[in-house]
Parts: sequence; C-alpha cells; structure tokens
Amino acid sequence: MKTERLTTQRSRRAKLLLYGLLCVLAVPFVFPTWWMVTSSLKSANDIFAFPPSILPADPSLSAYARVFEFAPFAAQYFNSMYIAAVVTVGTLAVSSLAGYAFARIRFPGHNLLFLVVLVGLLIPSEVTIVPLFQLFNGLGMVDTHWPLLLVPIFGAPSVLATLIMRQFFIALPAEVEEAGRMDGLGRLGLYWRIALPLSRPALGAVAIFSFLHSWNLYLEPVVFLSTPEKFTLPQALTQFTDAYGGPMWDVQLSAATLSALPVLIVFVVAQRQFVEGLAHTGLKG
Amino acid sequence: MTRTEVKTAVPGRVQTRPGRPGWWTARRRDHLAGFLFVAPQLAGTVLFVILPLGLMFWYSFHDWNVLAGGFTWTGGENYGRLAQDPALPGVLGTTAMFSIGLVALNLSLALVLAILLDQKLRGTIVFRTIFFSPVAVTLVAWTIVWRFLLQDDGGVNGLLSTIGVEGPNWLRGETTAMVAVVVVQVLKNVGLNMVLFLAALQGVPKELYEASTIDGAGAWTRFRRITMPMISPTILLTSIITVVGSLQVFAQIDVLTSGGPGTSTTVLVYYLYQNAFQFHDFGYGATLSVLLFAIVLVLTVIQWQMRRKWVVHED
Repeated sequence: MKTERLTTQRSRRAKLLLYGLLCVLAVPFVFPTWWMVTSSLKSANDIFAFPPSILPADPSLSAYARVFEFAPFAAQYFNSMYIAAVVTVGTLAVSSLAGYAFARIRFPGHNLLFLVVLVGLLIPSEVTIVPLFQLFNGLGMVDTHWPLLLVPIFGAPSVLATLIMRQFFIALPAEVEEAGRMDGLGRLGLYWRIALPLSRPALGAVAIFSFLHSWNLYLEPVVFLSTPEKFTLPQALTQFTDAYGGPMWDVQLSAATLSALPVLIVFVVAQRQFVEGLAHTGLKG
Repeated sequence: MTRTEVKTAVPGRVQTRPGRPGWWTARRRDHLAGFLFVAPQLAGTVLFVILPLGLMFWYSFHDWNVLAGGFTWTGGENYGRLAQDPALPGVLGTTAMFSIGLVALNLSLALVLAILLDQKLRGTIVFRTIFFSPVAVTLVAWTIVWRFLLQDDGGVNGLLSTIGVEGPNWLRGETTAMVAVVVVQVLKNVGLNMVLFLAALQGVPKELYEASTIDGAGAWTRFRRITMPMISPTILLTSIITVVGSLQVFAQIDVLTSGGPGTSTTVLVYYLYQNAFQFHDFGYGATLSVLLFAIVLVLTVIQWQMRRKWVVHED
C-alpha cells in the first residue's frame, strides 16, 4: 500500500517534470511565430519595447497599410499564389501520370526510363542553377515566371512526387483495375476513373509538398527575377528597407505575417494530412 | 489459336477489342500509353536536370565572364583555380561545420522530442503541433523574425538579460553567427524528423521491452539495445535527407548573415551564388557547381554503403 502510493507520487512528479520540459522546449518553436503576428499589430516603437508585451497594447493595422504603399505587394502576393497553384496542379498531373505508368504498365524499357527519372532525385537544384540560368537566358525567359513554373512541374521537384505516386500505385491490388478493364476502359480510363480516385492520400501529400516547395522557393526567384512587380513573396519580404538600407521592421513583419498566414491556416485546419503528407515526402533540410 | 482457348476458358467474357488483328495489338497500345504517360516527366528530367548537368561540366572548362563577354575554352584552368582558390578551404570548412552542426543538432533534438512525445502523457498532440508548426511558416518569414530576435537589442538577449546573462551580438560574431544560422534552421525543420522518429518509436514491438525488463535491463540499456537498433533505418533515412538538405541551405544564410561576418557563414552554395550571380563569373560558378555535385554524390554513396554495416534491422 505504502509503496504503491510512493510510485504514484513519483510518477506524478515525473509527469510534471516532463510537462515542464516540454513547455520550455516549446518556447523557441512557438514564440517567433507568435511574436511575428503580434508585433505586426504594434507600432514601430512598441516592437522594441522590453519586456515585450504578449499582446499589443494598442493594436493597429497601420503597418499593414504601409506594406502595400512601399511595394507592389498585392502583385507579389498574387504572383506567389498563382505560381504555387499552377505548380501544384501541374505536379499532380505530371507525377500521377508518370507514377501510374511506372507502377502498373509493363512497357519495354520502363526500368531504364525510371532510372533516368531518378537522377533528378540525386541532384539538388542548387547544383544546376548556373546552367539553368543560361538555359532560360537562351530561351529569353529570364525575368519571367516560366522558370519558376516549368522547373518544379517537370524537373527535379516533381521526381520526388512521381516516386511517391509510384509507391502508392504499386500497392493497389490488381483486382481494382480488373473490373474497369472488363468494362472496356483503356489505360487513360483506368488511370482517371479508377486509380486516381483511389489515390487521394498520395495526391494530398504531393499537393501539400509541392505547394509549400513553390511557396518557399527563394534561390530561383532571386536568380531569375529582377523586376519588383514580378517578385514572389520570399524575395519581396527582404526588400522592405528604409533609405539607409536598414530594415523597416514593422512593415517587414506585417508582410511576413501575411505571407505565412495562408499556409498556417491550412496547417491548423488540416493538421493530420499536413504532417503525414510532409513527413512521408521527406522535405529537405 | 490461343485466342480461342482463352475464349473457351472464360466463357461469357467480353473480349475488349475484337477485330483488330495485325501489328496494332492491345499490348502495343498499352505500351504506347505507358510511354505517353511518362513522357512529360521524362522530358522534364532530361531538359531540366540531365541537360543542365551536362552543360555544367561544359561550362566548367570555359572562361566565361558575362560582364566582360566572351566564352573561351580554357581546358582545366578553372579546376587549377579551384585547387588554388585561397578562399575555398575556408568555405569548405564552413560548409562542413554548418552541415555537421545542423545534422547533429537536428537528429538529436528530433530524437529527444520524439521520445518525450512517445511517453504516455495527455496533451502530447498539442506539443507535436507546436514542434511541427515552424514547418508551416514561410521560410523567409521565419528567418526574418529570427534576424530581428537575434539583434543586439533583440528578444533573445532581452530574455537572457532577465536571467542575468549579457548575450552577444549574435549575427556579428563569427562563432555566434554560425551557431545562430544552425539553430534557426534546425528549429524550422526539426519537426519533420521528429514525426518520422515518433512513427518509428511507436513501431517498436512492446513485447521486446517487456522481455528485457524481466531480464533486468535498465532504461538506458533498453534504449541502446532495443530502441536504437529498431529505429536505425529511420535514423539513416533522416540523416541522408538532412545531410543533403544541409548542403542546399541558401535563403537562411542570405537573409540572416549574407555569408558574414567576413566569410564566417559562407557555405559552398552561397560562395557558388556569389561567384556566378554577383561576380558574374559563370565559368568558375559552374566549376564550383561540379564540386558541390561531387560532394553530394560522395556523401549519398557513403551513406548507402553504411546502410549495410550500420542498419541492424531492416526488412
């Protein structure tokens, strides 16, 4: 009886210790985001106040208004949105078609062609950025959005997506296609009517992964784009500087908050799909 | 002949495409479908990965300054310059420090967090969300916030001063800048590895632990003899992803330190970017790309080799 009470007491203490440890560890993860959002509502002077107030004393959206004064921010926001949307849809199409064929059609040379595609997985896009720049320069596509659309949809990033789709389609039992084949469906029909509707989890993972990849892309826009109206958000965020080159913090933090908001909302709403989708695609870094 | 046999073997089955004899068979049509399905991905890989890779080698044998103009074959001159580049040893040292620091901190923190979340505690799902949330924050936004927090009068030093520690000007000191870049990057993405480790931990059969507890093994022994071997495939997988990923880190360094102070955070990718796109020396930029490619390739091969020796449990 006595020992039992001792153990429960000890385990309660261990639990408290564990919770304390988790809370301390959580600070560097949650504080920056919290601070970014709240500071964007403060005045420029209050941002530097110490100790920082957890909630803005006098919340105002004036910094947000200035975001749109100092930069073609609406255009930049739109650029990021439409590029990420097109990349996501394009990647879904390209990778599900290729993934399906590599998994379920035994055409001659499929193994060799699969190896060729896998090369894209081995080579980080940073390695090929110099020749890619020259390639698009030769095509007259520098300072356009084409490189930011074409490379992710067809190049290295979509190879990872193809691999994910292939793994998924391989696991589909053969019987599910049998019925469709008896109904006289061709390959396109089998892919569109049968395989694709069954592959929602994999498509979801690919969609989250490719949207986020495009949304965060930084080196490529910096290399390819030079007109502010064509910038995407990550590049635009770094441009909020005063006449002396020092950052305008309140404006920059408002812009940063705006850029983070849509993905954070998706994360909160569809957390399970988000976590599992990204964990299984093994995002880099 | 075979056709009639199939017909009799499966009575009542409708033949899908009757009356199409000769060369254009259903099988050939299926093969064509296969080729067409993979064509976009294949063309993209060739055009945007393999062709640039070839061009990279081609450029590396040329002197090519875009501002000065001219594109002349110089043989191995760029490689000679690479060998004698006085800045390169420092850049490679920085790259190694950054990668080793990043991988060590990322994997150990991910494992610690996963173990903490694996305890039977109420509310761990909330902490999982918190640890994962930076993944959902726009990369540059996250980095900009940290640049602010790491200023001399920023939030980090403010926090340190409350416990009586006077913090350094993080991004202005060589060592502290490196520490800052590593930590900011780890906090951003450690949630991914944490989730993978957590799944691996939950996949370890509980009977193994029970048996060893009966045998009198302590917590540390159980961790070393059971947990570590069982999750070693995940450790290897995450380490490959993290190592290769660490060589690609560019945005964080550009935003936080621009490679500075001095060249203390100039990693290879950043040095490559500076040479090609700031100094417009594409020939040497391509040569540095070859070096980066070689490093990535060697590391990947080494890690896949280690797989045999190191990973105990694998299906």
